[in-house]
Amino acid sequence: MNNNTTESKSNTKNEAKKSSGGKISVAQAMIKCLEAENITTIFGYPGAAICPFYDYLTDSKIKHILVRHEQSAGHAASGFARATGKPAVCVATSGPGATNLITSLATAYMDSIPVVAITGQVSTEILGSDAFQEADITGAVEPFIKHSFLVKEPKDIAKIFKMAFYIAGSGRPGPVLIDVPFDVQKAMINFEYPQDIDIRSYKPSTKGHPMQIKRIISAIAEAKKPLICTGGGVILCNAKRELREFARITNIPVVSTMMGIGTMPSDSPLYYGMIGMHGNKAANTAVKECDLLIIVGARVADRAIPSPKAVEKTAKIIHIDIDPAEIGKNMQADIPVVGDAKIILTQLLEKVETGDHSEWIKSINDVKASIKPDTEAREGTVNPKEFIKLLSNAMPDNSIVVADVGQNQIWSANNYQIKNGKFMTTGGMGTMGYSLAAAMGAKAALPDTPVVAICGDGSFQMQFMELATMVGNGIPVKMVVMVNNRLGMVHELQKNLYKSNYSGVFLDGSPDFSVLASAYSIPARRITSLSQAKSAIDEMIASETAFLLECIVDSDESSL
Amino acid sequence: MKHTISILVENHPGVLSRVSGLFSRRGFNIDSLAVGITDDPTVSRITIVVNGNEYTVEQVEKQLNKLIDVIKLKTLESASAISRELILVKISANASERADIMSITKLMGAKICDITRNTMMIEFSDTTENIETMLELVRPYGIIEVVRTGTIAAQKGNDSITTKK
Repeated sequence: MNNNTTESKSNTKNEAKKSSGGKISVAQAMIKCLEAENITTIFGYPGAAICPFYDYLTDSKIKHILVRHEQSAGHAASGFARATGKPAVCVATSGPGATNLITSLATAYMDSIPVVAITGQVSTEILGSDAFQEADITGAVEPFIKHSFLVKEPKDIAKIFKMAFYIAGSGRPGPVLIDVPFDVQKAMINFEYPQDIDIRSYKPSTKGHPMQIKRIISAIAEAKKPLICTGGGVILCNAKRELREFARITNIPVVSTMMGIGTMPSDSPLYYGMIGMHGNKAANTAVKECDLLIIVGARVADRAIPSPKAVEKTAKIIHIDIDPAEIGKNMQADIPVVGDAKIILTQLLEKVETGDHSEWIKSINDVKASIKPDTEAREGTVNPKEFIKLLSNAMPDNSIVVADVGQNQIWSANNYQIKNGKFMTTGGMGTMGYSLAAAMGAKAALPDTPVVAICGDGSFQMQFMELATMVGNGIPVKMVVMVNNRLGMVHELQKNLYKSNYSGVFLDGSPDFSVLASAYSIPARRITSLSQAKSAIDEMIASETAFLLECIVDSDESSL
Repeated sequence: MKHTISILVENHPGVLSRVSGLFSRRGFNIDSLAVGITDDPTVSRITIVVNGNEYTVEQVEKQLNKLIDVIKLKTLESASAISRELILVKISANASERADIMSITKLMGAKICDITRNTMMIEFSDTTENIETMLELVRPYGIIEVVRTGTIAAQKGNDSITTKK
């Protein structure tokens, strides 16, 4: 959202430096704050109102990655944050720059991802006058943000940054926005970054109440058919190891929400995969038949547990979550435990004893054995489920896979055999156009980790402008595009629930994706049968640059 | 069922919109809302009367607590709290009606705060129920306008909701 009102460098920075007298500008302080938070990379898109900040960015070692749309800046920061487990930063200018961030912030909010967004704002003296590129962004993001700041006092900048990073990354993580007016960025201040922060109104609890821990232990001892449901919270607090250990010692089978995928290795004999509307029969049967459901870091959303009232009736519910508002919101818990899942699981590991649930496990295994995987070959197209399995077998153990939204997401969630890597997707918001930018963010954070994005031809066309960002910044993301020339998920919905009255789902006019990739100098390959998959996947993995693998899939392919 | 929730918040701009926005967003119904500064200038106190069952009130409390600006909150038990509203009611009153109206105000413990040849303004602070009674009593004279604050409430006795340690 550039315009040509930016002032030249010699007029602003040098003058400011001359007359500083120990003081620095807020814009420079903002950069120093980011450095103090050990931020190495930011994703952004400049414009007039954020130019003072950009003016000082060139003095810093912080790498700026110019995305091609502000929404991608937010998604890329989300991918970066999920890869590192720490808050990541996106930047946009005032007005349309800021409003373009909203979808990505809402996406981060629903999935509890720590993103700090910095936006420029019009000068305070014209704030509220409907000035050029003015938007009330703190007001606009209010429903989907953990917290936001409109900086009016220049001297508050360091404290606000400190608070923003602390709030974003602690407790239940989430996005925080800092809106800085143009004149505030240019104001001169004495800068000192605070070491500690104490927010009297924000004290997230971390440790589980000892009494509740005791109750969990005895509930497990009494249960005949216990089940663990792991969610995104376990990944956010880095408790994968503790959860695996807890399941191993107690011999309790595990199912996962979409956000929890990756907590358990896919090949674990105790793991039954994803529950919910698009989950598998064994996992859903386990939820239906268990007598004790231990929910860890999950919020019992409608797609994961469509009928919580039914589960409440048949099972005792233990709900462990860092956000007290999630406990009892969708499902009544018999044993609510508020706190950090890593700490609570560690507390539990000190007390749990080996359990034997072989009969219960056998009954779930019977259901699992009855599921017939769809391995059929399709003439002239690729079976996407089989393709995803092949892909996961070929990808190194620590790979990050980012699924977009739609059928490609369900195929990936159910068929990617995860080991020690990460599975990222937008589980809560279901935002199409997430995968490329998020994968780019993850790859920028961990250059040595293989990162693959999987999307459909619909979602690809919502975000392919980011191919330029990958190429321009040398971020070799591997991309799989499932091509069926339609919005597959909606098409399937219309087929099943609207008597095949297909409405607005055909992607006529789509480009040749391989040719498109070559326009960006990105190598590409198109496959039309599973027999071509292995060599194509190998070629993609071996590629030093970004790579686009186009899979032609059948138009009537089902999600499950 | 009505519940009165007292909330201590940071006294800065935007806080009220965060609190009220949360109610509309989550589909909670606010009966009344009153806000004012406390003896600590950095802290404001909001009193909200919300209509809903126990589940709703629990959700309201939890969601409010998630707002970073919310320092402390408590749902007040009606039996152990004093609650008040303030009302200004302007009625038509000619000379022959004045004496009757004055006896009503005296009886109710209200005050006449403005008077003209053909109007009177009554100032009255009491519980919601007594305010309703008062309005019924003066209605026959012709109510011109009613201005009413939201309910404010405080716990009886030694209990208090403050930021003081």
